[in-house]
Amino acid sequence: MQEHDFYPDQHVRSILSSVKSIAIIGASANEVRPSFFVAKYLVAKGYRIFPINPGRAGTEIAGAMTYASLADLPEPVDMVDVFRHADALPSIVMEIMAMPKLPSVVWAQLGIRDDAVAASLEMAGIEVIQNRCPKIEYARLSGEIGWAGFNRRTISSRKPKLQRGFQHYLLSE
Amino acid sequence: MSNREPGFDTLAIHAGAQPDPATGARITPIYQTASFVFDDVDHAASLFGLQAFGNIYTRITNPTTAVLEERVAALEGGTAALAVASGHAAQLLVMHALMQPGDEFIASRKLYGGSINQFGQSFKSFDWHVRWADDITPAAFEAQITSKTKAIFIESLANPGGVVMDINGIAEVARKHHIPLIVDNTMATPYLCRPIEHGADIVVQSLTKFMGGHGNSMGGVIVDGGTFDWSKDDRYPILTEPRPEYNDMVLAETFGNFAFAIACRVLGLRDLGPAISPFNAFQILTGIETLPLRMQRHSENAFKVAKFLQGHDKVAWVSYAGLEGDEHHEMQKRYMPNGAGAVFTFGVKGGYQSGIDLVSNVEIFSHLANIGDTRSLIIHPASTTHRQLDDTQKAAAGAGADVIRLSVGIENAEDLIADLEQALKNI
Repeated sequence: MQEHDFYPDQHVRSILSSVKSIAIIGASANEVRPSFFVAKYLVAKGYRIFPINPGRAGTEIAGAMTYASLADLPEPVDMVDVFRHADALPSIVMEIMAMPKLPSVVWAQLGIRDDAVAASLEMAGIEVIQNRCPKIEYARLSGEIGWAGFNRRTISSRKPKLQRGFQHYLLSE
Repeated sequence: MSNREPGFDTLAIHAGAQPDPATGARITPIYQTASFVFDDVDHAASLFGLQAFGNIYTRITNPTTAVLEERVAALEGGTAALAVASGHAAQLLVMHALMQPGDEFIASRKLYGGSINQFGQSFKSFDWHVRWADDITPAAFEAQITSKTKAIFIESLANPGGVVMDINGIAEVARKHHIPLIVDNTMATPYLCRPIEHGADIVVQSLTKFMGGHGNSMGGVIVDGGTFDWSKDDRYPILTEPRPEYNDMVLAETFGNFAFAIACRVLGLRDLGPAISPFNAFQILTGIETLPLRMQRHSENAFKVAKFLQGHDKVAWVSYAGLEGDEHHEMQKRYMPNGAGAVFTFGVKGGYQSGIDLVSNVEIFSHLANIGDTRSLIIHPASTTHRQLDDTQKAAAGAGADVIRLSVGIENAEDLIADLEQALKNI
């Protein structure tokens, strides 16, 4: 079973490097909600996102089409990112297990953790990250978040990798 | 990279700094620019809305300054940091984020004189009120708590007398009443003491002193310990209420355990404006690379000079926590086992005139009002920094007529002792 108090940087980096499509359960259309700008950030980094929000189904959030539930997704996704309270996790797990093709990663946002739920997903071969934010982790491992004076808790003698312009870093391998 | 935690000396050199992504420059470049171009209009909107990481204007963020911020955050063990123009600016921004008009905070009386002025006089204009703890015990701080108390402020190693504060004990009081503990760590630096590990929630420092270390650049810093739960009640509205400037964003909810550093940056620094120059940030960064070496030597030299003074017949007393038998020695061993720092006071026999004569006679020590330089510094507070106080106030502040303050540099200790010896001989 995966340890959930601490994830090695290399483990998180390999997840964020390998997944290409992400369903975001609880993505908000409100531009000041974290679930909105995490979605927007992931789009800017090249991920294909699928917001899941029953109240906004059929409209766009951060430029991506929104669906009412995982069951409505038009294609399989590599990762499911959960922006819901921990008590919603068991029913979300049932929805995930009912997907025609299981995602390879389920990610629970900052403050969301339930090790029993995580264990049941891991039994099905799904990688689980809990109590972390993919935006913060991407920005930490690429180096961007250092611009905000954030302590990345990592050091490196390698150059950060520039994306387009001069104010976007990419994750290096 | 392996999962090994880098040691303090490694962090002092590497934390926050990678080769420049555009040029490969290995040393952090000085980004001496007021502003930064946006990649496109949407990128600009994201930056102004705090939705993306990046630079707009050097008053708010700058890539050189950011390296300094991350490095200090790493050395102090915080979640994030904000560098500003001076230590005083850091204190102003911290209180701006915590206090509403009419609010109070509790401070130790054992503080740098400039902080006593800022808290007791200038802050009154904002209707922020300091209540002084009667002594340095945790109980004395608890006795001052009222319904309006928003913070407790202490120095880890107090200037000038070398008082080592019981950070854990005072942190317990702060935790019990759900109030953040702010610790000024200027005199100790994180090499000697890491207040967050002892229960502090926020650390401030004047970077002008030991961190920069060469007396050549002003700077200050705020470190967010990431330990305080701002959302537990409604007493810190700047962090927990929607901010109209940012489309009603709630900072504590959006930025979690580094919300305090963000609040100081995007409200305090943005609106009050005391930004550090990128050039100063660069100078201080270079200084920090040798912080561990310098603090070792500062402490060793200070100990040797203190021992010498203790045995001198024209010296009445020496107050240095590193000395066996000093009233703060036990606390020093507990909180600062690697050394007692560079700054201490002693009393010269003969009072006021002897003090003036001594600072006039020295040849290597410089007579000036700073601490934490590579070179040794001396001052007679009663005739300079504390001149405006009456005799009772001078005594309470540890600046009586006979008091001399030293900031012992990293020169050859025997040269420093010889200089004091000749200066004492001629008084």
